[in-house]
Amino acid sequence: MSELLQGNRACVQAAIASGCRFFAGYPITPSSEIAESMARLLPEVGGVFMQMEDEMASLGAVLGASLAGSPAMTATSGPGFSLMQEHIGYAALAEIPCVVIDVMRGGPSTGLPTRPSQGDVMQARWGTHGDHPVVALVPASVPEIYELTSLAFALSERLRVPALVLYDEVVGHLREPVDLGTLRLSRAERRRPTVEPSAYRPYAPDADLVPPLADFGTGYRFHVTGLTHDEAGRPTEDPAVVGALHRRLQEKVARARDDVVSFAGIGLEDAEVVVVAYGIAARAAERAVTDARARGERLGLFRPRTLWPFPDVELRAVAERVHTIVVAEMNLGQVVLEVERIVAGRARVEACLRADGTALTPDDVAHAVASAAGALA
Amino acid sequence: MKMAVETATGTGTLPQIKGVKEVPYDELFVSGHRTCQGCESALVMRHMVKAAGPRTIVLGSTGCMYVANTTYYSTPWVVPWMHTQLGASGSAALGTAAGLKVLMRKGKLKDEKINVIAFCGDGGGADMGIGAISAALTHKEYDLLVLLYDNESYANTDIQLSSQTPWGAVTTFSPTGSERRIMHTRWKKNVPGMLAAGHPESRYIAAGCAAYAVDLMNKIRKALEVGGPTFVHTLDPCPKGWDYHPQYSQELGHLAVEAGIWPLYEVLDGVVNLTGPTRQIAEGRKKRKPVEEYLRRQGRFAHFTKEDVEHFQAEVDKMWEEWLIPGVIPFTIPQKDVTLLNIDKKKPLHATA
Repeated sequence: MSELLQGNRACVQAAIASGCRFFAGYPITPSSEIAESMARLLPEVGGVFMQMEDEMASLGAVLGASLAGSPAMTATSGPGFSLMQEHIGYAALAEIPCVVIDVMRGGPSTGLPTRPSQGDVMQARWGTHGDHPVVALVPASVPEIYELTSLAFALSERLRVPALVLYDEVVGHLREPVDLGTLRLSRAERRRPTVEPSAYRPYAPDADLVPPLADFGTGYRFHVTGLTHDEAGRPTEDPAVVGALHRRLQEKVARARDDVVSFAGIGLEDAEVVVVAYGIAARAAERAVTDARARGERLGLFRPRTLWPFPDVELRAVAERVHTIVVAEMNLGQVVLEVERIVAGRARVEACLRADGTALTPDDVAHAVASAAGALA
Repeated sequence: MKMAVETATGTGTLPQIKGVKEVPYDELFVSGHRTCQGCESALVMRHMVKAAGPRTIVLGSTGCMYVANTTYYSTPWVVPWMHTQLGASGSAALGTAAGLKVLMRKGKLKDEKINVIAFCGDGGGADMGIGAISAALTHKEYDLLVLLYDNESYANTDIQLSSQTPWGAVTTFSPTGSERRIMHTRWKKNVPGMLAAGHPESRYIAAGCAAYAVDLMNKIRKALEVGGPTFVHTLDPCPKGWDYHPQYSQELGHLAVEAGIWPLYEVLDGVVNLTGPTRQIAEGRKKRKPVEEYLRRQGRFAHFTKEDVEHFQAEVDKMWEEWLIPGVIPFTIPQKDVTLLNIDKKKPLHATA
């Protein structure tokens, strides 16, 4: 049965259905509905909603709850996302599962609190310092917010990485009919140690390069630190150990790539020009593409559902077949840089950008495609 | 080598206001804002800058008084104004005051008294910004005032709970329901008391309310006059967050003070001075009103049962009857230690005029 659901509400329902039992947050437009819904719904399932004094504290509490054994998340928007960066890096290095929702608004700084943007996508990849693994998912609709929030929990718990879900103000506040029964729900499952507490080495990885994680208070004594550490969790500067740790952190996500990376496509089999777009921009692009195809034009859409890691192999395969790729996004050119890097000259890459607090329109995309085609002719 | 410790001092250009007739006529916070009807925080801004005068720079962190006062294409500020990020009012004030001071010392700016006032809401000040305010209050060499306007919720993002939200109040983060009537079970954080008790380098800390306008303006002036880092906390009734008709804002401000929930006081050089009706209550010249009169006027307390009101009353009574300094410093002395600590329980603890 369908129900009318707001994007932010769908996010909350997916999180709870996936096992999230702890939320710590701080109100910020346009994500506040997530915290408000959590405040109502978490107590009903025996979970904990906690309001914190700022976003640094929010993610700090989430990491604590996660180490105590509960799938946990927070939600924010641009300014708060900036404040969370240090803890995102900490979660990446100390391998603490957590989910962070960033409902993107116009930035930088206070920017446009009530207007959409896709300006945080590179910050999601490189916002915290140092090399670090990260998973970032970019839903484009209310049902997809439900599916990808759920997937974020599953990936975060399985890979022990911070999983980020980025969507813009429009998708967050959009209300769409959703039949929850038909949507794919991923279960968050954390691997606990099977060895005796005395034999537990908290950062000794299994075959998938992910170490089992003991819950605090279950008899497994371990040391969690933001310093680089050995398999026992002890701080170290030994170059061999430090280097191996950094490579393992990257490699554990790379090995799980096929379960992490996903994208959707329209007309990729015969397209000559392909639009790459994500989030709300992809909705505009989809309209432009279906309209063009109805007119017999060979236009396609490549829509990443995972931004980090990027579906690079898949896009490269598309680039071999088309002559032009148009990247449509609501910023001054962020993912287009990644696309240029991946395509590496196999096709021409053009950008269709908007950074004025309004959403891209199908016309914007159609014009960009036409001008790209015109430049070619 | 002898090091001179430079301390800030006031200049005596802002005398205390003796009555409404002495209030400056000039408005420095004018029309052009979009605060809600009945907004007391807007009144605090108006009184604040009126009392401070035209040679004032106002800074403010994100919150109602930032957003509603800087709606697109307009501003109510006649004086220079800068937005600071959430949590940064203390540090922004410190940087501004230090910048002015060094430019004046180098002769690049005329040497005169320029007031630096940074405001913050209860979210930006009592929650997120408390660290920066605390740090600013340790820098005795700079003249700055941090004003915390407290409407007891994150009103700008649609009434979420803050550490200043009173016990039991309904917010979007603490909705009442049939399973749990009281979702918010923490007592309001005592910000001015905490700051006064812990910042020996700050000469002046006060609690005020715009319902007592002259008292508030005088506190602003005194804070700017004594110099160094100072702090004023105001309680601002908020029609939207507290759920009452906008015409009752002043009345609710009066009730908060008269019921003893929000004591008016100032701490100058470590000496506590109760002001307004709070002093009259302490001196026994006025009877403290029951908190019920205050609570029943507001939708956010509409779910309160008789027991809830009694609990609230008991907590307020405790502030007045058991605290070391009534309404200010929340320590109680065990009976066995009263003589040990040389405390005369009969002697009023507030300074007499």
